[in-house]
Amino acid sequence: MNHHYDVVIVGAGLAGLRAAIELGEDTRTAVISKVFATRSHSGAAQGGIGAALGNEEEDHWKWHMFDTVKGSDYLADQNAVEILTKDAPRTIYELEHMGVPFNRTEEGRIAQRAFGGHTSNFGKAAIKRACFAADRTGRVILDTLWEKCLQRGIDFFNEFQIMNLTVRDGMCCGVTAYELASGTLHHFHSKAVLLATGGAGKIFRTSSNAFASTGDGMAIAFRAGAALEDMEFVQFHPTGIYKLGILISEAVRGEGGILRNNEGERFMERYAPTIKDLAPRDMVSRCILREIRDGKGIDGKDYVFLDLTHLGEEVISSKLAEISGFARTYAGVDVTKEPIPVQPTCHYMMGGIATDTDGRVMVDNQDQTISGLYAAGECACVSVHGANRLGCNSLLDVLVYGRRAGRSIRRYIHTIGLPPLSGDDPTAETAAQIAALMDSTGRERSGAIRSEMQKIMMDNVSVFRHGDALVKVMEKLRMLKDRCRQIGIQDKGRCFNRDLLDALEVGYMLDLAEAMTLGALNRDESRGAHFREDCPDRDDEHWLVHSLFSYAGPKAAPQFLTKPVKITDFEPKERKY
Amino acid sequence: MKSTFIIYRFDPAVDSEGHYQEYSLETTPTDKILDCLNRIRWEQDPTLAYRFSCAHGICGSDAMMINGRIELACQKLIRDFKTANNFVIEPLPLFNVVKDLVVDMNPFFEKHRHVRPYLISDMDEPERERLQEAENQSFFEPALRCILCASCTAACPISRANPDYLGPAALLRSFRYIFDSRDTATGSRLAQIDSDDGVWGCKTMWWCTDVCPKGIPVTKCLGQIKRLVREKQKSES
Repeated sequence: MNHHYDVVIVGAGLAGLRAAIELGEDTRTAVISKVFATRSHSGAAQGGIGAALGNEEEDHWKWHMFDTVKGSDYLADQNAVEILTKDAPRTIYELEHMGVPFNRTEEGRIAQRAFGGHTSNFGKAAIKRACFAADRTGRVILDTLWEKCLQRGIDFFNEFQIMNLTVRDGMCCGVTAYELASGTLHHFHSKAVLLATGGAGKIFRTSSNAFASTGDGMAIAFRAGAALEDMEFVQFHPTGIYKLGILISEAVRGEGGILRNNEGERFMERYAPTIKDLAPRDMVSRCILREIRDGKGIDGKDYVFLDLTHLGEEVISSKLAEISGFARTYAGVDVTKEPIPVQPTCHYMMGGIATDTDGRVMVDNQDQTISGLYAAGECACVSVHGANRLGCNSLLDVLVYGRRAGRSIRRYIHTIGLPPLSGDDPTAETAAQIAALMDSTGRERSGAIRSEMQKIMMDNVSVFRHGDALVKVMEKLRMLKDRCRQIGIQDKGRCFNRDLLDALEVGYMLDLAEAMTLGALNRDESRGAHFREDCPDRDDEHWLVHSLFSYAGPKAAPQFLTKPVKITDFEPKERKY
Repeated sequence: MKSTFIIYRFDPAVDSEGHYQEYSLETTPTDKILDCLNRIRWEQDPTLAYRFSCAHGICGSDAMMINGRIELACQKLIRDFKTANNFVIEPLPLFNVVKDLVVDMNPFFEKHRHVRPYLISDMDEPERERLQEAENQSFFEPALRCILCASCTAACPISRANPDYLGPAALLRSFRYIFDSRDTATGSRLAQIDSDDGVWGCKTMWWCTDVCPKGIPVTKCLGQIKRLVREKQKSES
């Protein structure tokens, strides 16, 4: 089936929806999503969205900018961080005007709370900067934006899996997608495509991410010639529920929650004397694992306690309701009486498809772009998060840069007509790819390959990394990719064939895992979330640069390039909290 | 522990009607029902179809019948059931089955759309945020917990009897906007649902409240709408 639109947006999370709204009612826009729009993983964001509104105490966007740059371990592009933090207050007011039901102060203003790494006056003390709606902030923003799109009459294609980008003469002019319910292929012919497909947290065994977070958009863009940037920087959130990885928001510590080891000690005081439990996530995750290595895990096991028993029922029920439900349901813990057992969980990709500040997708380090192709949100790397993202900055990123991508696409589509497609069927390549998979007599199963990849990546490419191990991981991933080519699909049906999607997803994840591992191996320093035990220091002389990865074919490792970091206001300094 | 899962199966390509298929699985008390379904699919039968995504009760994908009661498969653990070794898993009632445990949710979302689920305001937007009393925000806060999983509407006996009834989920969304002090369309919103297919379709049977996986007092919220409609009628007469 063929469709014609001005713009196709892939992904119905916040970045995609914000862009759709920006494109306006006079733009024919289709949003395609592998899950129903409101099931998008943006809805799982809990704690808040950062903006220097100053509703609770004095604040300035420049302080927010400094915190973001310092939090990034100086790898973020400072021009992009300036845009992000300067535009933050406007973004919050805009959300409020659309109807987002933020918690309020006694004066009726938007309430704000403390969050990791956010400080006043360039690092002096923790500051209340996170705007929130209890601990379901992502959920209510997602609902509001989706409902705004319904009001606008934007066309949604739910449960459509993106398969390939249509690129002709260096111009992106559409996508091929697979409809889950019918097993049919659809081609969406358009002037521009925005990828807003989210993260890839399912590459790791312990993850806060949804099953849908398999990095499809990143891998498809990568294979089509886009550069990936800073893939080795993967955020492990310090407080996932023990064994399950389910996120317990940083808002818990923002509201006064405390991490404790087996001696009941508030160990973060030793590591970050100024802001303690509100140190950035990369540091807190490492500190937790160090405590565990020193034998200070609870009962000798690999977790510590997150204690909120002193916060009182009122704070918990009005501001931390969801997470207390998660603790009760999954850990059997009443948070008003007992601490929650927690350990780091894979949470967020700082890296992604290399873009400029208008969402244009880059192919190399020479500012070369693919015309008509854009990316925004977690699947993109602008880069505003550098080597470590601060809490509350991802909701901000998706909204600020989703809007900017929408705006720049709007300008672009007015300059061109619908690019012509030659006579051949644009879905033919995808149809052949699916037929080959469906007809394969291979004996490999995607589930087994995925489990092995998740274990290898968790054991070697998570919070602590070592050069020797990374060399072996490259080898193992190569073998898994070979096995991936031998996958046989057992479900031969056309309706909701998850077996087929699982096989595609594991292929995407392996491509991304390989780029992550290659980046981690090449970058022989430690910066932000990337910590090499064999090179524990930051090396600004050699590595104050972004990593770039270019696709080199199904059987070769990606090509590795670097690109300078844009530094405008804040020179790199030692990072202490 | 060995657990038996008796799962409803229907494949439109080959079946004229549904049937049940039995699987057995080693489980532990802390396994989610969704984990069990995943393992059945990965290890035994890749053709089994069901929806899922976040796996911790926030995306709303995996509402289904577990032992005759509507639940989220990711929010129920083996240990939550007294009959921990026997499970009957069926699709949500009320909706047409697409395949196995996957149902057609389009009618549900059409009703959602019908209540104009967005803020309508004829006031000028200030430069900063509109002010709103914290008490007002917390009054409609229960409705913000809704994840559109359709459990309430699927459970509602009135929805089963009257296909035109908006159902608890759509009316709950209506409640969210009616009681939001920033929304100025209260009058037309109330008029729109002042009928037996609207809020008066609710006969206060509490099934919606009983099954809501987010603990939303749905029936009470609908009661607040009824109260407001009556007040408006009184003041008009």
